[in-house]
Amino acid sequence: MEVFSEEAAKYVWGGAIPLQIRLHESEVTTLPPPPPALVLGSRIGYLPLLVPLIKPYFSSTLPPGEDTVWFDYNGLPLKWYVPIGVLFDLLSAEPERPWNLTAAYVINGNCKNIMNMAQADQFDLWQSLVKGRIPVRLYIRNVGESLEDLEDAPIIDSWDRISYINRAVEIHKEGGNYMTLKHAMRTLLPEIFGDEDPDNRYELREEGSHEAGSSFGDPETISMTRNDLVEETSFGSQRSSEANLIRIQGIEPDLNIPFSWVVNNLKNPDYFLHLCVFLRTSSCQAKAT
Amino acid sequence: MQSETSARQWDGTLSPNDFNSSVAALCERWKEVNDSLPQWLWVPFPVVGDSSCNAAGYLTMENVYHQNASEEVSHEESILGDEELSDDATLVQSCGKDDMHVYDYHIVYSFNFRVPVLYFRGYRLDGCPLKLEDIEKDLPAYSLKGLRESKWTFMTQEDHPYLRRPWYTLHPCGTSDWMKVLFGSNAANNQPRPLHYLSAWLSVVGQAVGLRIPLGLYKSQ
Repeated sequence: MEVFSEEAAKYVWGGAIPLQIRLHESEVTTLPPPPPALVLGSRIGYLPLLVPLIKPYFSSTLPPGEDTVWFDYNGLPLKWYVPIGVLFDLLSAEPERPWNLTAAYVINGNCKNIMNMAQADQFDLWQSLVKGRIPVRLYIRNVGESLEDLEDAPIIDSWDRISYINRAVEIHKEGGNYMTLKHAMRTLLPEIFGDEDPDNRYELREEGSHEAGSSFGDPETISMTRNDLVEETSFGSQRSSEANLIRIQGIEPDLNIPFSWVVNNLKNPDYFLHLCVFLRTSSCQAKAT
Repeated sequence: MQSETSARQWDGTLSPNDFNSSVAALCERWKEVNDSLPQWLWVPFPVVGDSSCNAAGYLTMENVYHQNASEEVSHEESILGDEELSDDATLVQSCGKDDMHVYDYHIVYSFNFRVPVLYFRGYRLDGCPLKLEDIEKDLPAYSLKGLRESKWTFMTQEDHPYLRRPWYTLHPCGTSDWMKVLFGSNAANNQPRPLHYLSAWLSVVGQAVGLRIPLGLYKSQ
């Protein structure tokens, strides 16, 4: 596989979610209510960037004045600093197209207060990359053990039900071996992506003991186990109803592909790899707070 | 200690495990130095699927009173506030004689920068959160200067990584560099003991936000 594929990058950068945005009913001052706005939201873009696009649709019904817009999906206010593609992958478990969002206006609000919230995250990258660490943002959503169809996933009514964390994965390249996505997932979430196979359990413990010194994995341990990893069957490529599911840029990748390919081709322009994980564990085990 | 970095120059960062030890050391020393001060407390926040990660959580010190807010300033604030705010709830706030500012400080480990990061929020005694303008008045002059000069890389408002509410934070992008400077030339080849890292870090960061640090923290034990 190529390290960087222009085609993949084109898909990622050109990717967009069809959005159907309705005005929140409390904002509607005219009859009939204005029709919904149909716009494309760039996967790597952010919701506030759509505000100027949708304003003309609703201007007839909105009172004049400065306004702040926020969006929600099924009543959940959408975080403005989470890329649109990630919001969609995470919250619309079974992809809904067009994706139905609601826009609410805060009239006379001061936009600055919201916009002032820092998006200094991208600075994270430079430091991390220089040191060979890949910044990853994990969004973990528990869909429950018994769920058969993602369509029936419970509606997320609060961000407290999603665990989203920044982490870093160290990439080591030695010999002809490569680190797979599965291995990266193991360093990120060892209790979920560790294997049932007792040999692998042992290997994980090995890594854990190295961890006492350095933070993530030891190059030697990784290179010893890497061949085994490549042999293993993937559980991400097929949607089995028991498997945990990973989604990156709308793709549910095979866990045996090289992690470096994933990073090079699927990262966002903020240099973070945004990675959604749908867990199928019993809820007591995975309290996503 | 990190095998890769100690061979070369220390890069000013801290591994998750060292952060954890440093947290314990700071809590202990802080208590030793002054029992009557608000204390640091570690709140673990285990992550689904990685409960062994002991750097996940935050070190918290809450209800720290800031005493410099004068009555005159608060009066001006309330007038300004009336003009700006449309929220009824804030119009009835009783700014005035007891305009005490209370701060909560959290220290969080950044897995990307591998350094501690300070998060804080301020509020009045009645729980009303302080706006940036209010907080600015409590900051030392040199921090205000920093804030004006580098708007996005010094102090900003962000979601608290565990509590998911907007908190103010000091951006960690320069931390590892000035930590190297702080530990001086001795640190070039030897990584300093992680136990000292957090208290040294706090001596700089605390000053930036006006948090008073007991001198005893730095006296040799």
